[in-house]
Formats: sequence, C-alpha cells, structure tokens
Amino acid sequence: MSSLLLTELLIFVLAVFVGFEVISKVPTMLHTPLMSGTNAIHGIILLGAMLVVGAETTDSLGQVLATIGVAFGTINVVGGFLVTDRMLEMFKGRRKPGEQKGSKDDSKAAKTEEKQARS
Amino acid sequence: MTLAAFSLRDPNFIDAVYIAAAILFILGIKRLSHPATARQGNTLASIGMLIAIVATLLDREIVDYWQIAVGIAVGTVVGVVSARAVKMTAMPQMVALFNGVGGGAVALVSTAEYHRLAPLAGDMSVKTAVTILLSTVIGAVSFSGSLIAFGKLQEVITGRPIVFPGQKAVNMTLLGGILFLVVYLLAGPESETLFVVMLAAALLLGFMLIIPVGGADMPVVISMLNAFTGLSAAGSGFALDNNLLIIAGSLVGSSGTLLTVLMGRAMNRSLANVLFGAFGAAVAGPAGDAAALDGRVVREATVTDVATMLAYADRVIVVPGYGLAVAQAQHTVRELADLLEQRGVEVSYAIHPVAGRMPGHMNVLLAEADVPYPQLKEMDEINPEFPQTDVALVIGANDVTNPAARSQQDSPIYGMPILDVDKAMNVVVLKRSMNPGFAGIENELYYDPKTVMLFGDAKDSVSKLVTEVKNA
Repeated sequence: MSSLLLTELLIFVLAVFVGFEVISKVPTMLHTPLMSGTNAIHGIILLGAMLVVGAETTDSLGQVLATIGVAFGTINVVGGFLVTDRMLEMFKGRRKPGEQKGSKDDSKAAKTEEKQARS
Repeated sequence: MTLAAFSLRDPNFIDAVYIAAAILFILGIKRLSHPATARQGNTLASIGMLIAIVATLLDREIVDYWQIAVGIAVGTVVGVVSARAVKMTAMPQMVALFNGVGGGAVALVSTAEYHRLAPLAGDMSVKTAVTILLSTVIGAVSFSGSLIAFGKLQEVITGRPIVFPGQKAVNMTLLGGILFLVVYLLAGPESETLFVVMLAAALLLGFMLIIPVGGADMPVVISMLNAFTGLSAAGSGFALDNNLLIIAGSLVGSSGTLLTVLMGRAMNRSLANVLFGAFGAAVAGPAGDAAALDGRVVREATVTDVATMLAYADRVIVVPGYGLAVAQAQHTVRELADLLEQRGVEVSYAIHPVAGRMPGHMNVLLAEADVPYPQLKEMDEINPEFPQTDVALVIGANDVTNPAARSQQDSPIYGMPILDVDKAMNVVVLKRSMNPGFAGIENELYYDPKTVMLFGDAKDSVSKLVTEVKNA
C-alpha cells in the first residue's frame, strides 16, 4: 500500500468520525434543512468534474461527460444552498418555546443564543 | 519556498485553502443542527464551497477553461431559477432532485475518468480502479433512486409501493451482477463496454430499490440517498487524489447516515423496514383493510355545522397535514384561528414530526403565515391534551392520525407514533375526497362515530368556515 493511499484512508476515517460526532440531538424541525444543507455539500463533486474536464489527456467524449458533470455539480451546489437558505429563512427570529429568555426582543435573544452556542 | 517563487497555483496553497474549506464545512454542519445558528451554518458551508471552487480553478492540471465556464454558467442558472421558483410545498422533491444531479455528477465524473484512463495502458492503479467503479455504481444508484423519489413526491408516479412477485430475487440478481462486473473489471482487462453495462445495471438497481417504497417513507429514503451520494463523492476523491472531495464526501456520508437513522426513529421505522417493508405486508394489507371497513359509514357535515361547532368550542386543536400544504391554506387557517381566538376559543396546532412530506414541513408553512410560535405544539406535548379538546380540526392530514398505527399489528404503519386525534370529543376532517393517504391505507378515524367529514379543497373549506364563523 502506498503512503498516499494510507494518508487518504486516514483522512477518510477521521472525516467519517467527525461527520458522526458533529450532529447529535438534531430537533425534528431541522431534519429537512440539515439534509438539504449536507446535500449541497456533496456538490463538492464539482471540483472533481472541473479537474477531469480541464485535464490535458481528457478526449472530447470525456470532456462532454465531465462538462455535464460540472453543470450537474453546480446545480447541486447552487440549488442546494439556496433552497436550504429559503427553508431556514422561515425560522428567522423565532425561538423554540423551551429556549425563551427574559428578553422580548427576538433578534436580541437570537444573538444571545448564538453566543451561547459558540461558547 | 521563497516569496518570489510563491505562486497561487502552488499545490500547497490550494491544499491550504482546502483545509479552510473543510473547517467551514464541519462548522457549517454543526451549526445547521441547532435552530439559532442553522442559517449561519448554511452560509458558512456555502463560503467553504466557494473558496474551494476558486482554489481548484488554480490547479495546474486544468489547462482548459471554457467547458468549465459553460458548465458552471448553465448549472448556476438552472440551480438559481429552480431554487427560487420552487414552492415551499414542493421543497422535498426539489431536495431529491438536487441530490439526484449530485449522484449523476459523480457517475459522470467517474465514467469520464475511466474513459480517460482505460486507453492509457498500466496507468490505472488498483486503488483508482476500485474507487472509480464503486463511485460510479453508488452515484448511479443515487441518481436513478432520487429521480424515482422525485417522481413519487411530485406524484408523477404513484406514491404507493410498487411490488411484483420475485422483486427481491430480481434485485439480488442485479446487485450480484453488478458486483461480479466490478470484480471482473478489476481483475481482467479494462473494458469500456462492460463498464457501460455495469453503469446501466446500477441505474436500474436504483430504480428497483426505490419503487417498492411507499410515499410516506420518502424523506428517509432521500436522506439515505443523500448519504450515498456523499460516499460516492468521497470515492471519487480517492480516484482523483483530491483530499477535499474525500473529506466533504465522507462528512456527508456519515452525517447523512446518522440523520437517516434519526429520521427513521422519529417515525418509528427502521431503515430495513422502510426499504423492504412493502414486500409481503402491503400486498396483503389493503385488501384486508377494505373488507373490514365495508358497511361502515362516513358522516358528512355542512360548513355551517362545523362553523358552529368551532365557534362555541372552548378548545380547538388544528392538525395540519399535506392537504394544507397543497392547498396553500396556511394564511386562511391563521385567519380562522385568529377569529376563533377573538371569540375566546383556545387554539393550538398539533405538529406531527413527519406531517407533510418532510420533517419540519408544517413548521415552515405555518411560520410563513406568522402563526405565533408558542401555538405550535410537538406531538408528545399535545397528545395528552386531546381528551380535553372539544374539536380536533384535521386539515389534510391522514396517516399521522390513523389509529391503526396503535392497534392493527398487520398495518404497514403499525408502531408509527401518531397524534391521538381520535381521543378528542369531536373530530372534523377536512379532506378532498375519501382517497386513502400517502401510505395508501384506509384511515379508521373517518369511520369513528364522533368524526364528521367536510369534503373539498382545504383552502376553500377553511375560507367558507371563516365566513360562517363571522356570522355565528
């Protein structure tokens, strides 16, 4: 096994663990936006499509295929992030009933929550 | 590296940008899973994507730019237009479609890469070949599977499970055939013909895997296919030796898998149950149900009856479902609720985790109509309140109110947590017709003696109710 492959496997295994750990206890309300957001992230294949299109040894058939791949990947990325943003826009300035703070000002409360989430 | 020699096209520079992008993806997913930070999380992830794309354009291996420009331009236009134009009700199928093109992109990239490397004798290492073949198969399954999921949600094809005798055997044969081809292509000489056969078989497998799944289970399936696409993108990362593809792909693969499990748990459905539940159960189920309900009658009410019931109630629980979403009745429902509250009626909304076509679907719709957040109650919170409720007003919700989920062991939805609508003193069901719900099964609730039905388009019925309540 080459060291390159070992490095890549290491990256893969670590990223898999991070993916499992990073989401825990997601409220049902956020299941769809989270799915949609991660959906946009796998549009990263766009990078692969660009590398294949641009490579010197790719012939015209390969270029056609990979160019469609670039278009598909871009739709995945652009559409995915925009649609997720539209979904989340609906929750703007709203709080979960259990998380209510003393402040009546929604935006202020949201900011406090953000700070708490960060710390 | 001296400063003079520093170049933006330096692979080290690109890798450094990739590290930043990976951090942004991880933070993005983390924030996406908390309500207060979700939108910011999405923005972070999109910034990560943008810098990753720009950095990749600097890669030395890219010598030709115009096709990339064409592809990105076309993709951006299609992506922006469809994401902006789609109605909130059609969001789930849009996600399915975006996932599908992602899987399609993986399959296309892998195919193009195989086509590029196959003629260059000895240039394809075992690692490259394995990962190209596997990401092609998984990407193609995700592509065709997502298209079927889209078709079912859009109701281009029936939302009911499509089953036929020997389906399992056909699927196993397909899977076996694909695996055989993968191994054969690895061991034997490169063959583009066999590669295409394998690709076609994988597309067929995606199709076959999803057609037996009932429409109500589609969210779980889309989440699973989302994880598949992530995994296949990671596979391409190995084939192209691109670390960011590996990182982002496997992040989505693992978080997507966990999300699929969480979603299934919210519906009390295991993944195996979702994928293979239709075999056997659904074939025998509907026929038996229909016979059992024969001879029972449904009570139909007039608008005036229902309006009076609501106006003089102390407590009303609105149970919204997909019918409300389709009819875009959320604003009218809000109007009705306001009117009732002015009369002193206590109104709340019972939100089933999977009401509509996606978890959170109803929250989004009602939020759009500015329904006060504290009025939206989750299932566990509201279920004990039904027995003290005068009227449960079910607007276009079906399967999530079906008592069969509690009692009938042979029902396909047995065990799914439901809203205990049948425990309310009176139940009013607004529905277009007596057609069964998305899961394709009869709802006993409609035959309950304390249930009345008000047939018609949800928005139409609710606005008539608004007029009548004003007069009551």
